[in-house]
Amino acid sequence: MDIHEYQAKEILSNFNVQTLDGKLALKTSEAVAAFNELETNVCVVKAQVHSGARGKAGGIIICKSDEEVRTASEKLLGTYLKTIQTGEQGKLIEKLYIESGCDIDREIYLAYVMDRAKQRIVIVASAEGGMSIEELAAEKPEAIKKVEIDPAVGLTGFQARELSFALDFPKEVLGKAVQLFMGCYKAMVELDMNMLEINPLVLTKDQNLVALDAKMSFDDNALFRHPEINELNDNSQKDKREVAASEHDLSYVGLDGDIGCMINGAGLAMATMDMIKYCGGEPANFLDIGGGASPERVGKAFELVLADDNVKAMLVNVYAGINRCDWIAEGLVKIIPTVDLKIPLIVRLSGTNVEEGLKIIKDSGLPIILADTLKDAAEKAVEAAKK
Amino acid sequence: MSVLLNKNTKVLVQGITGRIGNFHAEEMIAYGTNVVAGVTPGKGGTKHLDRPVFNTVKEAVDATGAEATIVFVPAVAAADGIMEAADAGIKYAVSITDGIPAHDMMRVKRYMLRYKKEEKMILTGPNCAGTITPGEAMIGIMPGHIYTSGDVGVIGRSGTLGYEAASQMKAEGIGISTSVGIGGDPINGSSHKDILELFNEDEKTKAVMLIGEIGGPQEAEAAEYVKSNMKKPVVAYIAGLTAPKGRRMGHAGAIVSGKGESAAEKVEMLKEAGIHIIPNPSEMGSKMKEVIEKHL
Repeated sequence: MDIHEYQAKEILSNFNVQTLDGKLALKTSEAVAAFNELETNVCVVKAQVHSGARGKAGGIIICKSDEEVRTASEKLLGTYLKTIQTGEQGKLIEKLYIESGCDIDREIYLAYVMDRAKQRIVIVASAEGGMSIEELAAEKPEAIKKVEIDPAVGLTGFQARELSFALDFPKEVLGKAVQLFMGCYKAMVELDMNMLEINPLVLTKDQNLVALDAKMSFDDNALFRHPEINELNDNSQKDKREVAASEHDLSYVGLDGDIGCMINGAGLAMATMDMIKYCGGEPANFLDIGGGASPERVGKAFELVLADDNVKAMLVNVYAGINRCDWIAEGLVKIIPTVDLKIPLIVRLSGTNVEEGLKIIKDSGLPIILADTLKDAAEKAVEAAKK
Repeated sequence: MSVLLNKNTKVLVQGITGRIGNFHAEEMIAYGTNVVAGVTPGKGGTKHLDRPVFNTVKEAVDATGAEATIVFVPAVAAADGIMEAADAGIKYAVSITDGIPAHDMMRVKRYMLRYKKEEKMILTGPNCAGTITPGEAMIGIMPGHIYTSGDVGVIGRSGTLGYEAASQMKAEGIGISTSVGIGGDPINGSSHKDILELFNEDEKTKAVMLIGEIGGPQEAEAAEYVKSNMKKPVVAYIAGLTAPKGRRMGHAGAIVSGKGESAAEKVEMLKEAGIHIIPNPSEMGSKMKEVIEKHL
C-alpha cells in the first residue's frame, strides 16, 4: 500500500526526521490560507498523488505570493497528473501540500529497500541527489553507496557513521545524520514498510538535514497489525475496478485489453494472460479468485470482470486443487441468469471434481463454450472477442 | 531416490486440529504420506486422525523422530511456527500460508542462520502448494492424483501453474521425481537455485522443469547456476509476459520493480544460460518431451 507525501512526512517526523513546515489543502482557499499561515516568502505547492516524478510532470510549483499559490492551486486541483509512473490515465489530484521553502546547500538520494537477493533491508544512498535511482544506476553506479542491515541487530552506529562520511556530510552534522538514518530504519521496521525513499534529502545552508520529499510503501500482508496505517489508504489513487475487487478480497489488476479473465492462482492467471496474447488477443484484467472459492465468491468475481465495458469475451480457467470445479460451475450457473450476459463465455475446468462441474454446466443449458485445455480456451476466447 | 521427501519420511503437521490442517492432513495420509504426529499448543496428549498430538514441535520430534513438517499456521503466527520447527531439529519444513509479513520472513531467514550447516533446516514456501514425490508422499495441498512418478524434477513459484505442468506432462507420458513449490512471496525459504542444486545431485532426476514468474532475482540466480554447474537439461517457463511494470500480480513477490525482473528479461537470461525456453504455457508438456527425446 502506498501513501501520500504529507502522510509519509508526518510519520517521519514521529521518528526524529526533520521535515519542513507544511499544510494540507483540499481547496484553493485553503491553499492560500496555508501560505499566509506559514509566514514564508516562498512556498512549494505539491500535488498529492501516489507517484514519483511529480516535479517533471508539472505537479510541483514554486510560489512567491498568495496570488501565485491561488493560480497554482486552481491549475492542479481536480485534474489528473500524468507522470512516467502513472500511465496514460494519470492520477487524480484531490489534495495539495503547501510547504515552506529552505536554503539548500546540496541534495542527497536516500532509500531503504527490501533487497530480495540478500533478503534484508539495504540502504541505498548517493551524494548525487535529485536524480532517480534508475538514472543514477545507469549513469553513476560508483556514486551509489549500499549498507546491508542485519535484521537481528538492526542498523548499527558505525554503519550510520560510515554512511554519513561516505556521503561527504560535514562533521558538524554527523550526529544529525546518524539520528536520521536510525530513525528511518526504526520507522521501516516498526511499520512494516517495503520501501522508504527520501529523494531528495537536503543539507541546508544552516547545516540541517531535511526530508524534502518522502515516499513510503507498506507491506499489505502486515497491515493487519497497523490499523493506523491502513487508515491512510486513499482509494481515489486506485483503479475503480481494483477498489471494488479489494472489497471482496479478490486479487484484480485492470489492463487495457478486451478479454476478461477469471482464474484461480496467480501463476495460472499470468500464464492464461500470456496465452491469450500468444493467440493474438489482449487480456482485460488479471484476476485470481484464490483457493477454496465458494459459489458466492465466483459470482462476485464474475460480476467484477463484466463491470469492465471493454470486455468483449470472458475466459474462466480453473485448475482446482483446493478449489472445487463443481463450486465454480455452481457459482457461474447461478450468476449468469442474473446479469444479462451479452458476451461469449469460455470455460475451462480441470482438477478436483471436474466431472461434476462439467455436468452442472451442460445441464444448465446456458450458452457456455467449454474448452479442454489452456490453449483451446485461449484460442476460443480470442476468436470470440474478434467477432 | 527423490529430493526432500520419500515414503519413509516422518512428517509432522503443525496445526493438525485446525480446519485447514485437518483437511490436508487427511489428504496427505490418504496419499500415503507417513504422517506421524500433529502439533497444536494446548492439545498435547490428545489424538487426532489417529495420530498423537503434542504441545510443541520439540516434544513431537523427541517422541516420534519426525524429520519433516508442514506448517498450517495463520499468517499472524506462521513465522514463529517455522522458527519453532527449525529449533526442534526438523530437517525439512513446508510453509503453505499466504500472507506472512515480509519482515517476519526476513527474521525467520536470519534466525535459521544460527544452526550449523548439517543441522540447518530446509524451508520451502511460504505461499506455496508444497512438495510431492509422486507415488510416495506429499507434504502439501495439491491434488495428488494428477502427478505420475518419473524422472523430471519440477520447481515452481506458483501452485496452480505447477498443476498445469504436471497434467500436461502426464498427458505426454512424462513422470515427475519430485515437484517442489517454492512459493510466490518476495522473501522465501528456498530459491530456484537451492532446489536445482538438489536435483542436480539426485540420481533419479534426469531433467528439470523450472516455472518462474515476474519479480525478484531468483531466476537470474538460477541461470547463473545452470550455466556453470548443471549436469542435466533444464526447461523453463516464465509467467507474466503480459504483466505491466510496477503492478503486483496476485503473489506478493510477483512485481516488476527493477531491471532484470520482467518476464522478457528473465527469458533472455535463462536462454543465455542454455536453458530450454517454453514459448507459451500450453507447451510445458510438449517442450519437455522434445528435450527429453533429444538430450536423454
